Amino acid sequence: MNATTTSGTIANRKAAGGHFGDRAFKWLTLAMALVIFALILLISFELAHGSRLALHQFGWRFLISSDWDPVNEKFGALPFIFGTLVSSAIALFIAVPISIATAVYLTELAPLWLRQPLIMFIELLAAIPSVILGVWGIFVMVPFLRQAVFPWVQKVLGFLPIFQGPALSGFCMLSGGIIVAIMIIPIITSVSREILRSVPGLQREAAYALGATRWEVTRIAVLSYAKKGLFGAVILGLGRALGETMAVTMVIGNTPQIVASLFAPGYTLASVIANEFNETTGSLYPSALFELGLVLLGVTVLVNATAQLLLKTFAGPAMKPQP
Amino acid sequence: MTAPNHRWRQFKSAVVQVLTLACAILVITPLVLVFYHLVRLGFSSLNWAFFTQLPRAEGEVGGGMANAIAGTFILLAQAALVGLPIGVLGGIYLSEYGSSHGNWWIRFAADILNGVPSIIWGIVVYALLVVPMHGFSALAGGGVLGLMMIPLVMRTTEEVLQLVPGGYREAALALGIAKWKTIVQIVVRTALKGIVTGVLLALARVAGETAPLLFTALGNQYWAHKLTEPIAAMPLQIFIYAIGPYDDQHRQAWAGALVLLLLILAVNIGVRFLTRDRFQKPS
Amino acid sequence: MPPGEEQFIPQTRLEPRSELPAPAADAPALTVRNLSVYFGANHVLKQVSLDIAAHAVTAIIGPSGCGKSTFLRALNRMHELTPEAHIDGEIRLFGDDIYSRQVEPVVVRRRVGMVFQKSNPFPTMSVAENVTVGLRLNGIRGRKVLAERTEQSLRMAALWDEVKDRLHAPAVSLSGGQQQRLCIARALAVQPEVLLMDEPASALDPLATARIEDLIVQLKKDYTIVIVTHNMQQAARASDYTAFLYLGELVEFGTTTKIFTNPSQKRTEDYVTGRFG
Repeated sequence: MNATTTSGTIANRKAAGGHFGDRAFKWLTLAMALVIFALILLISFELAHGSRLALHQFGWRFLISSDWDPVNEKFGALPFIFGTLVSSAIALFIAVPISIATAVYLTELAPLWLRQPLIMFIELLAAIPSVILGVWGIFVMVPFLRQAVFPWVQKVLGFLPIFQGPALSGFCMLSGGIIVAIMIIPIITSVSREILRSVPGLQREAAYALGATRWEVTRIAVLSYAKKGLFGAVILGLGRALGETMAVTMVIGNTPQIVASLFAPGYTLASVIANEFNETTGSLYPSALFELGLVLLGVTVLVNATAQLLLKTFAGPAMKPQP
Repeated sequence: MTAPNHRWRQFKSAVVQVLTLACAILVITPLVLVFYHLVRLGFSSLNWAFFTQLPRAEGEVGGGMANAIAGTFILLAQAALVGLPIGVLGGIYLSEYGSSHGNWWIRFAADILNGVPSIIWGIVVYALLVVPMHGFSALAGGGVLGLMMIPLVMRTTEEVLQLVPGGYREAALALGIAKWKTIVQIVVRTALKGIVTGVLLALARVAGETAPLLFTALGNQYWAHKLTEPIAAMPLQIFIYAIGPYDDQHRQAWAGALVLLLLILAVNIGVRFLTRDRFQKPS
Repeated sequence: MPPGEEQFIPQTRLEPRSELPAPAADAPALTVRNLSVYFGANHVLKQVSLDIAAHAVTAIIGPSGCGKSTFLRALNRMHELTPEAHIDGEIRLFGDDIYSRQVEPVVVRRRVGMVFQKSNPFPTMSVAENVTVGLRLNGIRGRKVLAERTEQSLRMAALWDEVKDRLHAPAVSLSGGQQQRLCIARALAVQPEVLLMDEPASALDPLATARIEDLIVQLKKDYTIVIVTHNMQQAARASDYTAFLYLGELVEFGTTTKIFTNPSQKRTEDYVTGRFG
């Protein structure tokens, strides 16, 4: 009959691929995960290597020089740094209030049946490629702004230096800023929404129990609790804005200059690389573009790292990965 | 008995509700407008010629984007070849192995990598592939898109695997099944739908990328006969047409943009529909 | 196999049980000596020693948090899934040291099976696939063998009659009680010598619970069973021996009859009469 045995195993463990399989699989998956670090090193190396001529030639003056003269091989990054910063600032100025307000609406104030459809729409907006928004920008948004909006702005706010000067074609810094705003609104909104959702319900309940109105509950219990996370969402949006390329290239006018007027065309780090990389001559010109890329990478990585740290220390593992 | 300023506070609350609703509407307005204009200006150009013919010479009317449409699919296939295995396997490591400390760094690095501007990817792969190969190529284009997919797929794979309840892993291990088989045959299999979704969404993401292709695939008026030749792709073609001076090219840019957006939205909506039955999150 | 022998005999093919050498009569299935388990600095189990008799049902009882599940999981090295877990002491399975360096946890777990509190049939597999998954992923693929083993295991789990017409239905389409019996069939299919059960019926209704208890009594003819339960009536009904754990220590161990009618320790008496816990 059935005697219990010392070794009722069903298969030799080698035949079942135990120990070796485990180790091999673990190392395989680890190697794939470490590709991430390899890619970071690769990017840094290639940019540094590509810029070495320009670095050698210009040194730190590159960052503060406004010359952009390919013919005479004089290159300076300042107009592009200016353009990137200003267009991103405009974008944040427009996008942040709208995004956070929308996030508040979606998590606290909207009727339940409306939430999912709105959220889906916003996620679809995030899926629109930059170039398509750029096409729309060139043929629809810019003419509209030039004809209907800019003259009005100039009339009302023309006393400010930033709104002075002719809005000739509409392809200007302000248009660039607006289109970048449209591109970063979805991400700021969805990250803010996650942040607000992760605020514990107890906070809200306590405020309601004190007789607060819905807005007061939101302001006291939710927004102030979520301040740090919301700030992280904003910084994440900034990181996106800094790297935005196609849509902004198509509407910003692509002229390297540093002027006060937002109605004048500008040029960003990403745009100049996109426009001029394939047109370069000699070796200093491409090297200068690589160095611009290095500057852009440095700034973006710094901003993104800050954003990630803020978000991770606020909400912990509850945060979803954000593309 | 209500507080004396109760009406005022309620009023403020109502105002805020209206304002935030207005912002929400403002947010979705560009989507609606873009779609509206794409359809209005692009739909009429979607004819047989558009899908089957090559671009005509500059200034000529007519022709199509057949090579760009095919090119996009070819590039995406290559991208998947690179991005899928590395991303999924890396995601498996993050979810099933590793220390919490080490994995934090890997995740942090992946999130940073996700934030690298696409144009930087373009010039890096230019230096990496185009220069040594002495030319622009479909391989370089597929390669850069694939590399861009890796951190994205890795994080979404990890996230999906983490949703598989630990009970299944325990039950499988308790049967004396080796750990790697447990992961591949049980855990990954349970999460397969989510992993595929993540890959498809990543592909939809890179399908719309233009900047990295500017210096890798470059674009092509004609068919690419080998992967070592430059290749046309939809975002590239749309860009070139849109910034060009010819009206007919603008018309085709709208058409191309409509097709591209429809493809991307179809994937996004499709996966949402497929994964709708599980994990319906309350807002 | 004399005690002190460190090797497991590897099997290269399926052996029917009766062909393998029988151990000494009345040998305990598991001998536990001075078992201590730590989670980090937390000393969860303290110097537990007892013998699990073969072909009998041993119940582990005690209030929540006393270390019952930890003890059970030490018997098939499942505690090793927790990174900070650490063990002292010795456990021998029919004389073989299961914590010996030469022994893979995977091999231990094929000899000592486990059924969990919450039934967890694999959702992507059918009923039949669930039963045979342990066999298939360990290299046994012959269709005839798998079919035989499926029927055999489902009969032993008292589930065959209910599912024989829907072997290919998704496992999750079964009721809660059926799913738990499916998990038992799945564990039995790999022919373990010992079956560990961690509160197997606590998530089930009384009718399903009764069927599981009947099943346990049936199974002990062929297997050694160790069951953790917080339900004292269940322990009294279904087990032959009972161990009472309290705060990580083994307070008393003996035949079920003795523990429940005439315990030696006051704490045991207080617990089984319901004065605390």
